[in-house]
Amino acid sequence: MLTFMASDSEEEVCDERTSLMSAESPPPRCCQEARQGLEDGENAAQWRSQDSEEDLDDADRYVCSGVPGQPLGLEEELTLKYGAKHVIMLFVPVTLCMIVVVATIKSVRFYTEKNGQLIYTPFTEDTPSVGQRLLNSVLNTLIMISVIVAMTIFLVVLYKYRCYKFIHGWLIMSSLMLLFLFTYIYLGEVLKTYNVAMDYPTLFLTVWNFGAVGMVCIHWKGPLVLQQAYLIMISALMALVFIKYLPEWSAWVILGAISVYDLVAVLCPKGPLRMLVETAQERNEPIFPALIYSSAMVWTVGMAKLDPSSQGALQLPYDPEMEEDSYDSFGEPSYPEVFEPPLPGSPEGELEEEEERGVKLGLGDFIFYSVLVGKAAATGSGDWNTTLACFVAILIGLCLTLLLLAVFKKALPALPISITFGLIFYFSTDNLVRPFMDTLASHQLYI
Amino acid sequence: MTAAVFFGCAFIAFGPALALYIFTIATEPLRVIFLIIGAFFWLVSLLFSSLFWFMARTITDNKDGPIQKYLLILGVLVSVLIQEMFRFMYYKLLKKASEGLKSINPDETAPSMRLLAYVSGLGFGIMSGVFAFVNTLSDSLGPGTVGIHGDSPQFFLNSGAYPLIEKTRLNKTFMTLVIILLHVFWGIIFFDGCEKKKWSALLVVLLTHLLVSALTFISPHYGINLVSTYIIMVLMGIWAFFVAGGSCRSLKFCLLCQDKDFLLFNQRSR
Repeated sequence: MLTFMASDSEEEVCDERTSLMSAESPPPRCCQEARQGLEDGENAAQWRSQDSEEDLDDADRYVCSGVPGQPLGLEEELTLKYGAKHVIMLFVPVTLCMIVVVATIKSVRFYTEKNGQLIYTPFTEDTPSVGQRLLNSVLNTLIMISVIVAMTIFLVVLYKYRCYKFIHGWLIMSSLMLLFLFTYIYLGEVLKTYNVAMDYPTLFLTVWNFGAVGMVCIHWKGPLVLQQAYLIMISALMALVFIKYLPEWSAWVILGAISVYDLVAVLCPKGPLRMLVETAQERNEPIFPALIYSSAMVWTVGMAKLDPSSQGALQLPYDPEMEEDSYDSFGEPSYPEVFEPPLPGSPEGELEEEEERGVKLGLGDFIFYSVLVGKAAATGSGDWNTTLACFVAILIGLCLTLLLLAVFKKALPALPISITFGLIFYFSTDNLVRPFMDTLASHQLYI
Repeated sequence: MTAAVFFGCAFIAFGPALALYIFTIATEPLRVIFLIIGAFFWLVSLLFSSLFWFMARTITDNKDGPIQKYLLILGVLVSVLIQEMFRFMYYKLLKKASEGLKSINPDETAPSMRLLAYVSGLGFGIMSGVFAFVNTLSDSLGPGTVGIHGDSPQFFLNSGAYPLIEKTRLNKTFMTLVIILLHVFWGIIFFDGCEKKKWSALLVVLLTHLLVSALTFISPHYGINLVSTYIIMVLMGIWAFFVAGGSCRSLKFCLLCQDKDFLLFNQRSR
């Protein structure tokens, strides 16, 4: 699920020399009015008010909010300002995660070896007939998706009955496992691949430090960049686990099914994730400051209205994918909003909120994007073209999703479009483009 | 040896594109987005070309012999046509986007069409170069041979084919470089032709693209096709320079560092 917060009144350099002319910042008063109007208004609307994603149709600071001809309100004027930057703020971490996964897949043989399957995919694919294999993969998918649905509903029920301690304990346990056990395994395999010897005390020290700092950063407070880096790392680790343990055809069918589930869960009125979002909005609190990658910090100053956690103004629907993480208990809580350095020098008593908002993307989205690209890298017969095609397709899907976010201004599932494009491009590149490019390359022809 | 070959070839082929990206595109988020969309359009055009070639092959029942070569040539030419078609479609999309933007926000300026032409050309070029070259690059990190048919290194050393492999790799490197730059120039000229409704410019772009592809048919005479392709690139570059608004005067000012008013990208004040 994608959501984001507005960012306001930044100083922009007006540069006449570039052919891309920068616009000036809007007068602060407009920001004030708009913001105040929003804060007085619904929480639900707040996160969609001042931000809008912009896309193809803009210069750095404008967004085509999708309804040409409609007179622009103040809100939309402000939304026109911060589009392309948010798209890039998401492109970079998604790209980094994919790079880590692809680099590992291509170099560490461990993650492409078949060493059993997860209990969630009990049916084997080593059957002689194609029909049987297809049937097994569909059954595997059904089991996996039902586990995910069950876990999501369990989570929603827990949340509804306010069992916060249970949820936090669950998330902490899963992040412990990811940060320590999986990191240890990963490090072991990497060292084996490059034939580097490391004694146990050093290994213990390294893994301990890495894991402990990760726990602190993710669950408590830490520099934003470090937190983002840890979130990317654990998404990559999780994706690698999926790539290793999901059999081939099951993986593709699961990817397709997950996108459909994501669509249903976020958009249907009775979908578990939508209910989760609405419950959180009713209670005026963030759902979980966890399992979400946030691209910016929140700074709040002297806001009388804000509660101590200062979350009221920043209602953020969360990503359905965190449920996937929770179900297999490999989710990482993150507290992007918790880190709030007081803004020095701002006048006290003024109902002014200085915010640097950003876009939030669930970790599950990272994981499944990386699974797609990693599988393309692992099984694309050593071909880089397939991997690159999937990568570009996923980025374009993300771009389109952000555009839709600007148009519809509500929480949207981030998986369907990207995964659809990714799957289309994987299969078509692998089967159509690859023979063509190989033939061209062998004849030294250029198109 | 192989690491040196890898880095050498990688930087020769992609160095200018990387430099262009870092200095002109990476700083502005919007341009990055347009670049990726351009790359996507090229990818889709490649998909359609491969589909055409695949269908042509299945129609002729995959027979071996000279017909495969003719089919390949036909595939290449159709692919060039489809690429230029997609360039046109990207132009139309950008035009509509700019217009939509103007109608909403008349006092703000959108990125100019020239800038979008450059970015789209670079997007096409980078994707095209990467698809053509990255497999060769990754093979060069292997045990030292580009063995498309999986022959052993020993065989290659004995057969005297090693120099040929090196020559092939070098040819690909330089061809990739020139293709990337050509796409940039073609993009600029193409968009300008569309803007000013000068359809002759479009035709010339298409014809030179066909010419460059056709020149690669005469391998293994790498020297001729490479040199002529570079000559075409220089000509296209000069044309694109004048189309993009440059002039001899501005070039002189730039080279003599008197270009305060002529700089397009303000890197530092002079």
